[in-house]
Amino acid sequence: MNINDVILKTVSKAVVLIILTFGIYLFLSGHNQPGGGFIGGLVIASAFVLMFLSYDSETVSDALPIDFKKLSAFGVLLATLSGVAPMFFGGAFLAQSFGYFDLPIFGKTELATVTIFEAGIALTVIGVVVNIILSISEDE
Amino acid sequence: MYSLILAILIPFIAAALIPLIHKRIGALHIGWLVLLVPFTLFVIFVIQIPTISNGEQLIQSVNWIPSMGINFTAYLDGLSLIMVLLITGMGSLVVLYSIYYLSSSDSFPHFYAYLLLFMGAMMGAVLSDNLLVLYIFWELTSISSFLLIAFWYHRKNSRYGAQKSLLITVFGGFGMLAGFLMLHSMTGTFSIREIAAVIGQYTEHALFYPAMFLVLLGAFTKSAQFPFHIWLPDAMEAPTPVSAYLHSATMVKAGIYLVARFTPLFGGSAAWFWTVTLVGLVTLFWGAFCAVRQTDLKALLAYSTISQLGLIMSLFGLGSAALHFGDGELGELYGLAIFAALFHMVNHSTFKGALFMVIGIIDHQVGTRDIRRLGGLMSFLPITFTFAVIGSFSMAGLPFFNGFLSKEMFFTATVNATSLPLFGTSAWGLLIPVVAWVASVFTFVYCMIFVFRTFFGTPQLKKLDRKPVEPSIGMLISPAILCVLIVGLFFAPNLLGDHLLKPALNGIIPGIPGAAPHISAWHGFNAELFMTLGIIVIGTVLFLTFRSWYKIYLIQPAGWNFTVLYNSFLKDLKKAANWFTTRYMTGYLPAYFAYTFIFFIVTSGGVLIFTGALSIDLTADSPISFYEGMLAAAMAIAAIAILFAKSRLTAILLNGVLGFSIAIFFVLFRAPDLALTQLVIETVTTALFLLCFNFLPEWTKEDSPKRTKLRNAAIAISGGLTVTLIGLTVNSGKLFDSISGYFEDSYELTGGDNIVNAILGNFRAFDTMLESLVLFIAGLGVYTLIRLKLGKGPKKDEHQ
Repeated sequence: MNINDVILKTVSKAVVLIILTFGIYLFLSGHNQPGGGFIGGLVIASAFVLMFLSYDSETVSDALPIDFKKLSAFGVLLATLSGVAPMFFGGAFLAQSFGYFDLPIFGKTELATVTIFEAGIALTVIGVVVNIILSISEDE
Repeated sequence: MYSLILAILIPFIAAALIPLIHKRIGALHIGWLVLLVPFTLFVIFVIQIPTISNGEQLIQSVNWIPSMGINFTAYLDGLSLIMVLLITGMGSLVVLYSIYYLSSSDSFPHFYAYLLLFMGAMMGAVLSDNLLVLYIFWELTSISSFLLIAFWYHRKNSRYGAQKSLLITVFGGFGMLAGFLMLHSMTGTFSIREIAAVIGQYTEHALFYPAMFLVLLGAFTKSAQFPFHIWLPDAMEAPTPVSAYLHSATMVKAGIYLVARFTPLFGGSAAWFWTVTLVGLVTLFWGAFCAVRQTDLKALLAYSTISQLGLIMSLFGLGSAALHFGDGELGELYGLAIFAALFHMVNHSTFKGALFMVIGIIDHQVGTRDIRRLGGLMSFLPITFTFAVIGSFSMAGLPFFNGFLSKEMFFTATVNATSLPLFGTSAWGLLIPVVAWVASVFTFVYCMIFVFRTFFGTPQLKKLDRKPVEPSIGMLISPAILCVLIVGLFFAPNLLGDHLLKPALNGIIPGIPGAAPHISAWHGFNAELFMTLGIIVIGTVLFLTFRSWYKIYLIQPAGWNFTVLYNSFLKDLKKAANWFTTRYMTGYLPAYFAYTFIFFIVTSGGVLIFTGALSIDLTADSPISFYEGMLAAAMAIAAIAILFAKSRLTAILLNGVLGFSIAIFFVLFRAPDLALTQLVIETVTTALFLLCFNFLPEWTKEDSPKRTKLRNAAIAISGGLTVTLIGLTVNSGKLFDSISGYFEDSYELTGGDNIVNAILGNFRAFDTMLESLVLFIAGLGVYTLIRLKLGKGPKKDEHQ
């Protein structure tokens, strides 16, 4: 793809930032509000897709040196390993736990291990979606 | 705290690290780093010997799926300790040997990664207490063995041998798994120790004998027992260090280990006694008989391994009678057989390992293993010759080598079996020592062939690829250590007996404490000694007159063996599968949809009708609101309109109407998570469509005959009907209690307010994990399919 659309490029610069922020917000708020790893990952992936749509893939790849295949592999690995880890603390495979901690800035905060698992899911989704779209778009 | 489990994991971790560090270590041979792994583990387990020989056991458990009784329980007792020491000890020697054996053109990272994978799998298999975990490691040994046999995968024979060993051992493994599941359904537990404690109540159970035979199937295929022995000679296509390690010292012993481990469960019954003993004896004889005719040294050793495995197997069978008698004189008498089996298992690893390494040296230094081209190597390879003599004389059961001791004990066990007052041995009992003796004569003959044909006679240097010289010192260290062990164990056998074999024996036949004997080389002028003398005399005569009786091997027609059977079975299977596949794999998408829907309609709809679950009760339903009705009508119209769409763009847009309407439905039903997901997915899908749009071929509405149209319409309508009926039935007829009550506690259980994510991430995390795996594999699939096409050159899309 080699289109030169100034409006699209300028708008997407701002919009990508907003989408990314929204995606990360969705990911983090998933524990108590709508959102979570899958949706957050999808939204973040759609930001990347927008970047690839408005610029050509070489420009984006240069600015964003991420191998999305490896990213998705890392995500699957993270999700699986986060399931193995509790086995060494007497829990079952994929057992999750949570606790409340007093952090300096945030005050009383809930930290849950499920976030690590969800992060794995999110990375898998981002990696796979971008990878599929890139593969198809680069297939001339 | 979790030292045992960590010990199992170490080889796996090391295997994963190999590709990462391989490039960074420069000129250093990676084998030296790999050597650290088995050697460290060996030292760690040697330190455990005093603890275990005091009768203690180590048990460590990590929860895996506790609700299903599947836990990663590592259990170290006398029996598993022997196995682990064999695995790590032989592993160290083989890795050391392989450093000098492999040529620089071989891919070291692959070789050592597979080898470590195998080591970890093997340790996991012998240390697991949980049947399912044992099964997983068991199959992992098959897979890593497959990779190692096919290490030189450019050779056709390597691939054939790898496939054969995989098919046969995995076939047995499946049987074993079924046996394990039967044991679980009988006793309600997967733990071997717990099953052993309660199995006495289940000997009359209908599943008792099926479970026994299925477990034995796994053991027999893995340990290359007759008639499953055919894979072992073909496995000799593997590099020689692998043969020494997997196919003589460790993996093939897994079946032996399994029989030993299950002796407390099934032993004491006539079926177990006769099956294990007879299969072992037949294998012993057939292996020894076939070994004599081999001309390839490695094939000769392969058949000799089969034969020796049969010997150990038959000893476990004979010894299982001890469990019938329990503590008492007879129990001790027959328990001796198991002691002999354990002893011979260790001895076999030492001498067979040494012999394989000797053959590796010959192959490496001379360039051939063909006995017809060898001869007179004694003066060229004097050190190797010494090793060969020590190894093969031990295998033949001659004095001053450890094989003699265990062979004598084997004869004692077979002679004792003739006076066994059980299982109808009085009629056929005499056959046992006779078969054992005849097989041992053949064993003697092939051992002599190995030594004398290779190292004596006139050297035929013209037939050799290279001028024979001794190899470098490094290659000689490992066989030298094994030869020292062979001789050392003859003079101090009780060191091994007291510290390793006795605790192992106590693990196999608990409650018979006095069964472990004092091993002595001189046991008087008794039947066993005369049997040995007879073997030497008759064996020598047979060896010297080999040419005159060679013709008996020609009696068996060439087509009459199990390999031919295996090959033709494989060919027919391929043909049948091919025939069947071409019938339904038409490459025509609508056909696949039809199959999927018909299957769905028949199974789901059939269940609905035939189990009487179909019940529709609309009275309790909430009223349908105006918006819901509107949306449903819009979706129905859009769905029908797709059928009549004139262009692709229209169809895609109408499809989008469906997707977004579903999202609005989710909004109406207050499911924001689902609505959000649906919306984002619709958006991403649309982007995908936009990308593909350019490349898609011309939209042509197919014009199928009326009959096909009618058929498709029928399938579509019944499919829709089934879904509707299921939906209505699910809402009205409640066969089970609702599970939603459980999720009401989600905040207390998970700390999260969002119940949807609590289900996804906490309650049903396994589903989510596997789904992400599916997604990943699908992504890789798309990538590979597209790149594969690109890789084939500048071939443009045919539609452009």
